[in-house]
Amino acid sequence: MSMKASTRQVDGVTIVDLSGRITLGEGSVVLRDTIKDLLSKSQKKILLNLGDVSYIDSSGIGELVSAFTSVRNQGGELKLLHLTKKVHDLLQITKLYTVFDVKDDEAGAIAAFNH
Amino acid sequence: MESTLDSVNKAEEMADQMAAQAGLDEDTRGGVSMAVREGMINAVLHGNAYDPAKRVSLTFEQNGRELIVTISDEGCGFLPEEVPDPLAPENLLKESGRGIFLMRAFMDEVRFRKLEPGTEITLIKRLPEQ
Repeated sequence: MSMKASTRQVDGVTIVDLSGRITLGEGSVVLRDTIKDLLSKSQKKILLNLGDVSYIDSSGIGELVSAFTSVRNQGGELKLLHLTKKVHDLLQITKLYTVFDVKDDEAGAIAAFNH
Repeated sequence: MESTLDSVNKAEEMADQMAAQAGLDEDTRGGVSMAVREGMINAVLHGNAYDPAKRVSLTFEQNGRELIVTISDEGCGFLPEEVPDPLAPENLLKESGRGIFLMRAFMDEVRFRKLEPGTEITLIKRLPEQ
């Protein structure tokens, strides 16, 4: 299943709805290009909705990390929303769960950007 | 197999099927197929650098006690002990370097053997007693 990304704006936050697999190749590239595009438009409050991301490999984890640091380096914030069990467990074992700000409800996540 | 992303994807599917045939539960199967995927990525991307002239060898063996997967490439080789620890604070935000760690996380044994040329990785998962 190839990766798909769509974006929407809620209260100044860009929500990126991802679905499919974030893996070496197409999946990683879609995420990378999406983040790059948003930053080029100065959209720096980014919420990645991973509710429909069924699988992520080490390259996909690398792209999430890259997205996090790219956004942070431009003075923005990136948060994660609705991790599936698989993705949650992977971020836990790679000790990245505490690096990212992970949310499990969209309204709360949006509010967190706008404190 | 060719040194392509397609080979990586095929290997992952094969690993899932082999793990299912071996009687592993869904979560464990997911871990095995992920470990095989990471081993193949190492071989295709880091070992053979997608060189169409270089091949990856993949074998599965199931002997009732263990599922054994062997992946070898024809690259320059590497020293697994020199791969930085991805959990070290200074490496946590690096974009790569988690493949070997994930193989070790999901398999019971991971062995490396230097070939001339290349590297052979052996991934072993012990099977539940029947």
